[in-house]
Amino acid sequence: MDEGTELSLSIAQIVQRLKGSHLHSQIERQAKDCLHRPEIKLESLKEDVHSYLKTSGWEKKLQNAVYRELQLPPSHPTAPPEHLKEPLAYMRKAQASWEKRILKSLNSMSTELGVPLARQVGVNLSRFRPVYAPKDFLEVLIGLRNPNHDSREEIGARSHWGLIQVPLNVRDIPQLVGIYSLFTNPSLFQTPPRLYLGPVLVVEQDSAAAQQYSRRGCPTGLRADLWALILNSTNQPQDVMHYEQLKAGVIQHDLLVDNLIYKDVKLTASNDDYYFVFEDFLYQVLLCFSRDTGVLEHFKYNSATPPKSYLHGKVGDEDYAVVYPPNGVVPFHGFSMYVAPLCFLYNEPSKLYSVFREMYIRYFFRLHSISSSFSGIVSLCLQFERLLQTHLPQLFYHLRQIGAQPLRIAFKWMVRAFSGYLSTDQLLLLWDRILGYDSLEVVAGTTVLAFSDNLMEVTSLASAEAVLADLSTLKVIPLIQIFLFATAI
Amino acid sequence: MAGKVKWVTDIEKSVLINNFEKREWVPVTESEDWNFYWMSIQTIRNVFSVDTGYRLSDEQLVNHFPNHYELTRKDLMIKNIKRYRKELEKEGSPLAEKDENGKYVYLDFVPVTFMLPADYNLFVEEFRKNPSSTWIMKPCGKAQGKGIFLINKLSQIKKWSRDSRTSTFVAASSGKEAYVISLYIDNPLLIGGKKFDLRLYVLVTTYRPLKCYMYKLGFCRFCTVKYTPSTSELDNMFVHLTNVAIQKHGDDYNHVHGGKWTVSNLRLYLESTRGKEVTNRLFDQIHWIVVQSLKAVAPVMNNDKHCFECYGYDIIIDDKLKPWLIEVNASPSLTSSTANDRILKYSLINDTLNIVTPNGEIPDCRWNRSPPREALGNYQVLYDEEQAQSESAERDLRSRSGQLLGSKGTKGSAGARPAAATWK
Repeated sequence: MDEGTELSLSIAQIVQRLKGSHLHSQIERQAKDCLHRPEIKLESLKEDVHSYLKTSGWEKKLQNAVYRELQLPPSHPTAPPEHLKEPLAYMRKAQASWEKRILKSLNSMSTELGVPLARQVGVNLSRFRPVYAPKDFLEVLIGLRNPNHDSREEIGARSHWGLIQVPLNVRDIPQLVGIYSLFTNPSLFQTPPRLYLGPVLVVEQDSAAAQQYSRRGCPTGLRADLWALILNSTNQPQDVMHYEQLKAGVIQHDLLVDNLIYKDVKLTASNDDYYFVFEDFLYQVLLCFSRDTGVLEHFKYNSATPPKSYLHGKVGDEDYAVVYPPNGVVPFHGFSMYVAPLCFLYNEPSKLYSVFREMYIRYFFRLHSISSSFSGIVSLCLQFERLLQTHLPQLFYHLRQIGAQPLRIAFKWMVRAFSGYLSTDQLLLLWDRILGYDSLEVVAGTTVLAFSDNLMEVTSLASAEAVLADLSTLKVIPLIQIFLFATAI
Repeated sequence: MAGKVKWVTDIEKSVLINNFEKREWVPVTESEDWNFYWMSIQTIRNVFSVDTGYRLSDEQLVNHFPNHYELTRKDLMIKNIKRYRKELEKEGSPLAEKDENGKYVYLDFVPVTFMLPADYNLFVEEFRKNPSSTWIMKPCGKAQGKGIFLINKLSQIKKWSRDSRTSTFVAASSGKEAYVISLYIDNPLLIGGKKFDLRLYVLVTTYRPLKCYMYKLGFCRFCTVKYTPSTSELDNMFVHLTNVAIQKHGDDYNHVHGGKWTVSNLRLYLESTRGKEVTNRLFDQIHWIVVQSLKAVAPVMNNDKHCFECYGYDIIIDDKLKPWLIEVNASPSLTSSTANDRILKYSLINDTLNIVTPNGEIPDCRWNRSPPREALGNYQVLYDEEQAQSESAERDLRSRSGQLLGSKGTKGSAGARPAAATWK
């Protein structure tokens, strides 16, 4: 298929998707309503309506909606749907067997505690445990093998010293420097024109421009608006209504996952110096999230598949299958930390909700599903290990020798995109780049920066972990600049 | 070489003792010759009392001003602020400007407050103007949330009325049970649905001229329970009082963070949700009210040269981002409730000592009280009257000689900034 055909197919797809949207009906109504306006002439109807939609800002809204569609992974029209989820068969298989384990764990908890998946009230939270923790997930990633690739090789300077044993293409430092060039030029950072540009972008409501801007970090006072703009989370009345409906659902039905969420918030954010004040907001977002069936749509391009439970006696019969939880996402230990930093930006629950939801279906899902995506956790782990091996080979070798594989220390940071590990101001600057570059790759780079030569002194995994226990003083952005700049020369 | 500082304290707190020991100062007893005495407010009363008072030498330093209570007793602070406003008004100062409702534009920073029983009738008059309001009763001499309660009906405080013949009134008139009653801030700024107040540390090294410093590492103290303004919850003290001493008994008290949130978190949150400009204005206003409260007591303060004081300022921010001064503590708690708290309080004492005993040497209370910038640590100059006066003299001179104002750009002095930023 040549490029032209592909493009027109993509366009057709986007048009198809937007046709069903609320925006479509809004624009349609605007177009009809404007016919009464004096400036709309019958002889130049098409041009006049078009120019009306342009001046009244609807064209910009349409542009942002198209831009959002372009940001989501494209569905190749001729490829089978499972290839859109994950092109590599062995990755799909690994993900499927991981899901089986999660579901089994969920079901056994449900049986053990005598708590059905849905419809229960007032249970003792102390009996609940997280379905899984990042370290369980890491073991699965370490066990990943490509059946067509022999990874057994002698250890040498050119071999890979890390734990991830699958061959994926990840960028090395020169390639990163090329892509993240805006990072490496400190003189471009906070120049006066840039400071004036921020507010202009917010007024102009242009997603694509805001995204470019975010690559060099957002000013604190504009970040909330810029992120919402990049994500096209406009918090329209229908979004607020949607959120209110989800809230009503929380009041009507209890779910087993509610308890997992309560437990997770209690174990993580409630004990966190930065986030404990937002405990209540986290419940408001996460309980609604688990009931939001709109989230299911992202499974088209997520290698994960929502867990199903079957009505009594109908196990395996797809007609009697129910997705559980309704959004298809099983929260794990630390899940609430994806929401926590956003509470610094949005004090309106519905807005907070829509930004989180969009961040999840664009980025965060990749941090806990097995895929070959360059933004996926497997690639990030591999990239981190390769960067560290290139950048600090002696340190890597030392840590490996004492049984402190760097990934064992750093994995939990990456799974949470550093939430709860970096200080919030630094974390938000990091997430600016995730949004700006529309990629989680920067997470792998940041992970390398936490490692430094002072770890040469440690003699065990425990002491290495102790040295790296507190990242709250790490100033990541200047470090990334120095890292890329210094290694580029 | 000068000898080592000999120290005494009647507050056995590790954050103090560790700081003294780090400086290799020598512990002595109260009856020996000492240079530095970190004492409770009970002890300071004796040090300066007419009967038992010491005669302090030039090489002795204590951590309280003799009549600190002019600022730190709730009733006296209010009295002094009221007097200060009247004086400024009489002078025709622009600071005493009033708005169309008769409220001070720049000096309305404490909630409307009355003494009980002394101002009972005045209070009743005010209460009747707005009978749905809630008021908070606080005993004048107590700290850490003791004896505090809320009222929304006059009948609840009948016993403080002048004509009451109950025995409580006798106790009240003897001064022991004196209360202040303040309009309760019923629209506090909520974060995550929770109420909080601010605890800021302020160091004063002299009142005349006034030299004061703000500690950058203040914190917010959060209620563990979600805030509801309904009066049915009036009895639930956990909702309304943010003092950690009280919060600790709440079910949800968390020993990891102790309900404390750093001021830098507050700033990040406010800047992100409300914008940089309003956030800067809020912090400027907070600095402004601290300076004004100190100026209000400066004329009555016994500016003894052997004294310095580190105050704990309690401030509540309302939902319009206006800060209110609630009270000032002379002996902010040096007990550490969490690991971060210990680090904070250790640094607070460390930075305080670095300013008041330059180079950790034996103090000379005749020193000029102008520490070098690098000795400030986490303190920043809040106001330096000496510097402000010389700067304004310089400005006068320049404007008189026809030079352009502001040729030096904005003033570098942090002391002049908050004042200028709020009322210029």
